[in-house]
Amino acid sequence: MPEMTYRDAIAEALREGMRADPNVFLMGEDIGAYGGSYVVTKGFLDEFGENRVRDTPIAESGIVGAAVGAAMAGMRPVVEMMTINFSLLAIDQIVNHAAKLLYMSGGQIPVPCVVRMVTGGGSQLGAQHSQNLEAWYARVPGLLVATPSTPYDAMGLMREALRERNPVMFIEHSLLYRRKGEVPAGWFTVPMGKAAVTREGKDVTIAGYLRTAMLAEEAADRLEREGIDAEVVDLRTLRPLDLDTIVASVQKTNRLVVVEDAWRTGGFSSEICQLVSEQAWDDLDAPPTRVNGADVPAPYARNLEALAYPVVEDIVAAVRATLPGARADYARL
Amino acid sequence: MATARESARRSTKQGAEPHVGIPNDQLLKMYRDMVLTRRVTDRMIALQRQGRVAFFISGQGQEATQVGVTHAIKRGTDWVFPYYRDQGVCIALGMTARELMLDLFGKAEGPCSHGRQMPSHFGHAALRMVSGSSPVATQTLHAVGCALAAKLRGLPEVCITSLGEGSTGQGDFHEAMNFAGVHKLPVIFIVENNGYAISQPQSKEMAVKDVADRAAGYGFRGSVVDGNDIMAVYQTTRWAVEEARRGHGPSLVECKTYRIVPHSSSDDDRRYRTRKEVEEWVKRDPIDRFQKYLLGAGILSEETDEQMRAGIEEEVTDAVRYAEQAADPDPAEALKHVYAHQPTGFP
Repeated sequence: MPEMTYRDAIAEALREGMRADPNVFLMGEDIGAYGGSYVVTKGFLDEFGENRVRDTPIAESGIVGAAVGAAMAGMRPVVEMMTINFSLLAIDQIVNHAAKLLYMSGGQIPVPCVVRMVTGGGSQLGAQHSQNLEAWYARVPGLLVATPSTPYDAMGLMREALRERNPVMFIEHSLLYRRKGEVPAGWFTVPMGKAAVTREGKDVTIAGYLRTAMLAEEAADRLEREGIDAEVVDLRTLRPLDLDTIVASVQKTNRLVVVEDAWRTGGFSSEICQLVSEQAWDDLDAPPTRVNGADVPAPYARNLEALAYPVVEDIVAAVRATLPGARADYARL
Repeated sequence: MATARESARRSTKQGAEPHVGIPNDQLLKMYRDMVLTRRVTDRMIALQRQGRVAFFISGQGQEATQVGVTHAIKRGTDWVFPYYRDQGVCIALGMTARELMLDLFGKAEGPCSHGRQMPSHFGHAALRMVSGSSPVATQTLHAVGCALAAKLRGLPEVCITSLGEGSTGQGDFHEAMNFAGVHKLPVIFIVENNGYAISQPQSKEMAVKDVADRAAGYGFRGSVVDGNDIMAVYQTTRWAVEEARRGHGPSLVECKTYRIVPHSSSDDDRRYRTRKEVEEWVKRDPIDRFQKYLLGAGILSEETDEQMRAGIEEEVTDAVRYAEQAADPDPAEALKHVYAHQPTGFP
């Protein structure tokens, strides 16, 4: 099976969507001749021209607002927010308009647009470039939130996004762009709301998404050497959330650790722990547990930033703490 | 009342003696601030390339604008809301090479954030400078709110906010301009027009030639000035500051200049502009231009210039050495300042 990077998988899905559907067009800052700040749309301008690969002024709210208007008129805009941090300047257009127009118009006005944004830290880019805010959007009825961690998922979910009738927040993690993986040559999609069991195990379920899905697999490898057999669930989309797959896994392993780069307070991991507690209480042999980023604006200094995001050891410690005789003191900071 | 354009034209038309009214020691200080800014940023670029710091962003080529504007305000009284290229503003306000380097290295002693904020997001309370933002143009609204406070409290303070011409596409800029015009606030919008918003030329950012034209739409003055002519920048800004302090409301000063380096250490500007274009602007370097003027006017001698530059080299070298060896932020303090008062029991 051919291999490609996460970046190329997103680009390929966009390119084929633009070839197949003349209504699909791109808007964003520096996406044309520059090829995008994370180089996803490199070469698009040459193939599709300025009308379909539209460089915009720096105006996040304006970009999303224009996309909402174009989607209402029957187009399928795909816009790039440069990073999720800057999408806060457009959050009014996303939350008050894109997410609600269908409902507020009694089903008359769908807003089929895709808002692409880079999330996450780890590159020493400071508090305003390093946030994981995707769970905020996952709270909003009317939005879909795709969070792929592999090239296969990135391609499959983007294909779905380009067929959706709802606005899709398509979240990409900056540290995953170079990740390689197998992607079949033929047509496939990854449906919204279907998690993947990426590793089977019987002792504990570790759930993650984006970078932390990858981290969970590394932790499972480490645990295997200690004789602990972990199952890994990659959520793939936060909204809809595939609770069934998580619950089925917990019914088998009886233990749950959810890993998330985002802040601990009010995080999406808490939501999952609560949902599992409600649906599988009798199957749990230990309290469902979270591993999160620290509750701090991402610090710039290398040593401080390293402390702000989960590492494999945190997951391993959290798993150990769910096992018989363990004491729960894995929380850092 | 003379229009801003006329005033700007007058100031640059004073011919042989454009520095009239600026004392010689201040002219020399302006020159030194420009050279120090350039040498500090040169070193910062090198440090990033050597892998000693993660990221760097500057506005090399824009020093005349940044230093000229800052010398035109009452430092310590007036407020400054800069953007991320404004190393020249920081130095003219009084930040030292050491302080800028400490912030670059993210050290505990760094005055802007003690290692918490990205470098180039300058904030320094004692200098009345408020931290810039990564999303652009948001600081213009902060400046407007600050100017409103000054007006409400009857204080003779003026707020300066700077931004690139690309940032004027933001809604916040419009909201800020409108609010300032409606309430006749003592705020001055300095547009450092360097011709590019990262890769996109001005023609893709706006349909007008001069950002200054927009000021009329908000009911106040807009001036265009040669941003590489420090005396023109100084005179025009000085006039706008005096107007604001007299209660005559806001102004916009558009300084036409050029960034002779890539947008940031993550950018390769060969992807969007020719080397020839950059070289043309390097020939119009504002520092060389001011140096030539000062030498010609007998305000600066070759010997003084050399001594001054040697002193700057020492200062910058010392700053790097000092900052690189300075203590990292204490991990035990990583959560400090999330709240002004950490509530008990908070994780």
